[in-house]
Amino acid sequence: MDKTKGCGQDGHLSHQGLKLSTSGVNIMASMEGRDPSCSSLVKDALADHEKPGFKLCSYVERFSETHAGPIPIIKSGLGKDDLFSTFHVRWGIHRLNYTVAPGLYGIGNPGRTSEVLVTANFKLTFDHLRKALPHTSAWILVLDTKGINVWCAAGKGTFSTRELVKRIEDCSLEKIVDHKRVIVPQLGATGVSAVDVKKQSGFRVVYGPIRARDIPAFFKNNRRADQKMRQVSFTLYERFILTPVEIKNALKPACITSLVLFVVSGLGPGGFSFSGAWERGLLSVLALATGIFSGGFVTPVLLPYIPFREFAAKGIITGSVFAILLMVAVSPAINGMAGSGALFLFSLVISSYLAMNFTGTTPFTSPSGVEKEMKRFIPVQVAALAVSTGLWICSAFK
Amino acid sequence: MKELRYLDNVATLVLDEEKCIGCSLCTEVCPHAVFEMKQNRASIVDLNACMECGACVNNCPSGAISVSPGVG
Repeated sequence: MDKTKGCGQDGHLSHQGLKLSTSGVNIMASMEGRDPSCSSLVKDALADHEKPGFKLCSYVERFSETHAGPIPIIKSGLGKDDLFSTFHVRWGIHRLNYTVAPGLYGIGNPGRTSEVLVTANFKLTFDHLRKALPHTSAWILVLDTKGINVWCAAGKGTFSTRELVKRIEDCSLEKIVDHKRVIVPQLGATGVSAVDVKKQSGFRVVYGPIRARDIPAFFKNNRRADQKMRQVSFTLYERFILTPVEIKNALKPACITSLVLFVVSGLGPGGFSFSGAWERGLLSVLALATGIFSGGFVTPVLLPYIPFREFAAKGIITGSVFAILLMVAVSPAINGMAGSGALFLFSLVISSYLAMNFTGTTPFTSPSGVEKEMKRFIPVQVAALAVSTGLWICSAFK
Repeated sequence: MKELRYLDNVATLVLDEEKCIGCSLCTEVCPHAVFEMKQNRASIVDLNACMECGACVNNCPSGAISVSPGVG
C-alpha cells in the first residue's frame, strides 16, 4: 500500500481521494495557489513523471530510481522564484503555507552509502539545507512539521520521535541505504529522543551541526561536530533578518490602537472634538510608530549593546532615546509638559513591550526567565500607560 | 553567545550526577554548552546559559536530567 501512495504523499493523496496506480511515482502534490515556488515548466527529462492533477516543483532536477521507487533529486542552487518567496516569507506573508511535501528527496548523486539528512518541511529550512550542499550527495528526509522550522517544530512536538520513525518506515529507508544511520539537526533534539528512535526504527540518530552550512565540514570530520557547530549564535544579521516579522506582527494591533488613540485624542473641554481627534491623534500615532520602531527594530538589532539583561528594560533605554528625538521633532506642536510627558511615556511603553515580546524570538531566553521578566515589567508598563493616558487627556483641557 | 546572556539564577535545570551513565549525549545536544564531561560524568558548568529547551532531558538515556519551566 505504501508503494501506491508514494513516499510521504499519503496525507495529500488520501485527503484528495486520489488513487495512484502501481507506478509508485513520487511526484510533488500540486500546491497550486499555495506554493509560488512550484513552476509549471517541466523539462523533457522529467516528462515521464507528469501526472494528472500534479505539478512538478521547480527545485526538482530529476528522479533517481531506487529499490523503493523513484526519488526526486533536488537542485542545490536557489532559483529566482525561491529568493522572491524568501523575501515574502521574511515579512511574514504566506508564512504558514510555505511548505514542501514531506518525504524522501536526494541531492547530488546519492547512493546506498550516502548519509540521510533529516529536516523540516518549512520551505525556508529546506532551501537553506539544499543551498548548503552544492557538492554533496545525500538523501534528505523531510518530516511533516506543518511548515515550521526544525527548532520551533521540535518544541511544539511535530519534529518528533514519532514523526521521524513514521517517515523512516513510510519511505522504506532500509531499502535505500545499506547503513542504519540518520543525521538529525542538533536543534531537533528538543523533540527527538535518539534512544527511542533506535528502539522503534533500528536507525541510529547522529546529531548533526546546528547550521546547515557546517554540514560539509561535519562530513569531512567523520560526522563529528566541533564545539562551534554545537552552539547557537545570534549575530547582528541573524537579529536583523527577524525584525520584518516583528514589525509586521505589530501592525495589526497598532492599527486598532491608532483608532483608540484618535478617539482618546478627541476628548477635550467641549466633549469630543473632531479637529482635536485629528491633530492630537496624529501626534499620538507618531509616538506609537516611534515606539514600534524602537522596540521592534532597533532594540532587537542592537540587543547586546544595550544595557540590562531584561528585554523590557532594554526597550525602555532605546525607547527613551527615540522618545527624546520625537519630543525635539514635535515640540512646537505640543502645548505644555503634560502632553509631552504623555507622548514620551507612551512611546516608551510601546518600545518596552515590543522589546519584551522579542524574548520569544531569540535563541537564548529561558521560559522561566521570561516569566520572571513579565511579572516584573508588565505592571510597570500598565501603570505607565495609565499615567500617559491621564496626562494626554488632561493636556487637552489646558 | 558570550555577549548575549539572559537572566541569572532562573533556570530550572537539574542534573542528578548519580544517575549519569556518562554517554555525553547532553553535551552534544545542548545549544549553549551548559554541560561538560568531567571524569566520565556529565556536569553542569554554565547553568545560567540554560534556556530550558529540553533537548538534554529528551535524550538522556538514564533520566538523570530534568527541567521544569513554567508557561513562559
